Amino acid sequence: MKISPEEVAKVARLARLDLPQEKLELFAGQLGDILGHMDKLATLDTASVEPMYSPVEHTTVLRDDEPRKEHCRDEVLGNAPRQDGQFFIVPRIV
Amino acid sequence: MSALHTKTLTEVSALLKDRDITAVQAVDACLERIEATEPSVRALITVMADEARGAAEALDARGPDPAKPLWGVPVVLKDLLTTRGTRTTCGSKILDNFTPFYDATAVTRLREAGAVLIGKANMDEFAMGSSTENSAYFRTANPWDADRVPGGSSGGSGASVAAGQCFAALGTDTGGSIRLPASFCGIVGVKPTYGRVSRYGLIAYGSSLDQIGPMTRSVEDAARVLQAIAGHDPRDSTSVNAPVPDYLAGLGRESLDGVTIGLPREYWGEGIDPEVATACRAAVARAEALGAKTVPLSLSLTDYAIATYYIIAMAEASSNLSRFDGVRFGHRSQGAEELIDMYTASRTEGFGDEVQRRIIMGTYVLSSGYYDAYYNKAAKVRRLLRQDFDAALAQCDLIAGPVCPTTAFRIGAKADPIQMYLMDIFTISLNLAGLPGMSLPVGLGADSGMPVGLQLMGRPFEEAAMLSVADCLERNLDSMPMAAL
Repeated sequence: MKISPEEVAKVARLARLDLPQEKLELFAGQLGDILGHMDKLATLDTASVEPMYSPVEHTTVLRDDEPRKEHCRDEVLGNAPRQDGQFFIVPRIV
Repeated sequence: MSALHTKTLTEVSALLKDRDITAVQAVDACLERIEATEPSVRALITVMADEARGAAEALDARGPDPAKPLWGVPVVLKDLLTTRGTRTTCGSKILDNFTPFYDATAVTRLREAGAVLIGKANMDEFAMGSSTENSAYFRTANPWDADRVPGGSSGGSGASVAAGQCFAALGTDTGGSIRLPASFCGIVGVKPTYGRVSRYGLIAYGSSLDQIGPMTRSVEDAARVLQAIAGHDPRDSTSVNAPVPDYLAGLGRESLDGVTIGLPREYWGEGIDPEVATACRAAVARAEALGAKTVPLSLSLTDYAIATYYIIAMAEASSNLSRFDGVRFGHRSQGAEELIDMYTASRTEGFGDEVQRRIIMGTYVLSSGYYDAYYNKAAKVRRLLRQDFDAALAQCDLIAGPVCPTTAFRIGAKADPIQMYLMDIFTISLNLAGLPGMSLPVGLGADSGMPVGLQLMGRPFEEAAMLSVADCLERNLDSMPMAAL
């Protein structure tokens, strides 16, 4: 399977990555090879097979809806690159 | 008394319990060993010397506690398990300055069992790799040969145990990341059944595949550590609420009478280095001499496992790694004026090549138009793989085969990503199926002189049976020397 550097650039944008041209070209070749390897799955007939997304197929257990305070604000904000003691600070959005 | 670092966890635990040594002495022995071996091995990103000494002093002040089965035992953690107050990098520059404010459940349970945390181990960035060459910090060397890799992604954990820096380490296994480094470093590594150990506080790579497990110098040691960390955790919805048996109870058996071991032809055929095949076959012959019956069987979908695995793992990785945006934690790029640009610049600067490659691959296979052809198709093949294992394990108690087709390869030898991915051929199916597996050292390769691991794979939640057989085999094989360092 052939993947163009332009296709890689488009996917990279979706994934919020900005790659230089040389890396786009390198990845395009490698991804083509990897996808070529993956295409062997197409030879298996899976029409009647239910997909298995996790080895644990129990129903997701939700915990009781009880408010609780496990962590304080200082802890949660403590690793933020920018914060003002109350909020995470980010560059402008609009 | 021979040097403490040559002892197993079980031996040191007995010395601690009897007060023949103090917890501080155990910690100091490990710190000395770390100082002596780190210049050549480089297994640890963070050494927790002060915290470890403080914790050991506190334990000594109270004295040994029968309710704490790992009382005073120094252990190392792979650096993707969150540790309250200690930097947790995941082997990535994007988390270079991240200090969690909570412990992973497995870490909490180790602390409750009396273990002393002594360091955070190097790893492939976000656990993506089979050699620990993808760490953003440095490469870890194999303690048996500094020119060779220790395996990955839990290579730091494996090398640390093999070098005698600690008595046990925790690793994580998404596609073989405990079993491969255990095999390459000549130690025991156990990947429990998916759901057996809580994943809370594990920085996720492939959420439906990742599982935490012990890496130790004996099977009994692994059983002790697994006992401490296993069990349901309400904080993790993938954790299974099933009773945890006594893993030590089945150890010490004299024979393997009544045990049937399946030998899948796909694991014992062409493509395996003769020295690996020879060592593994000799171990199986020893199991037969001990009374085990072996049966040939087939895991016919083995050839499809790598493609299935990488589609699923990369898809999950692209989703899991979307949280690294430079807003709440981790690296933030300076200078971006708008939010989206800040996300993009932070991620581009923070993630290494392999992580970027897998994010892009994962984004591609999840994108509309390709979802059915790749991700959904892989999820269907995954069920077939599980059915393959279920059918095989209906004919036998355990499946055995090599962990890897080769012994530890030389640093830089697998530059092509697909070549590297193929190293996981015998380990990844088990993660897709969610079953337990382990690597047991069975000797040194005749050509390379490097350790060889035999892989044992069991039925879901039957780690006890697997450990019981491995323990019997271990006691009846030539004892594995420690790496000469």
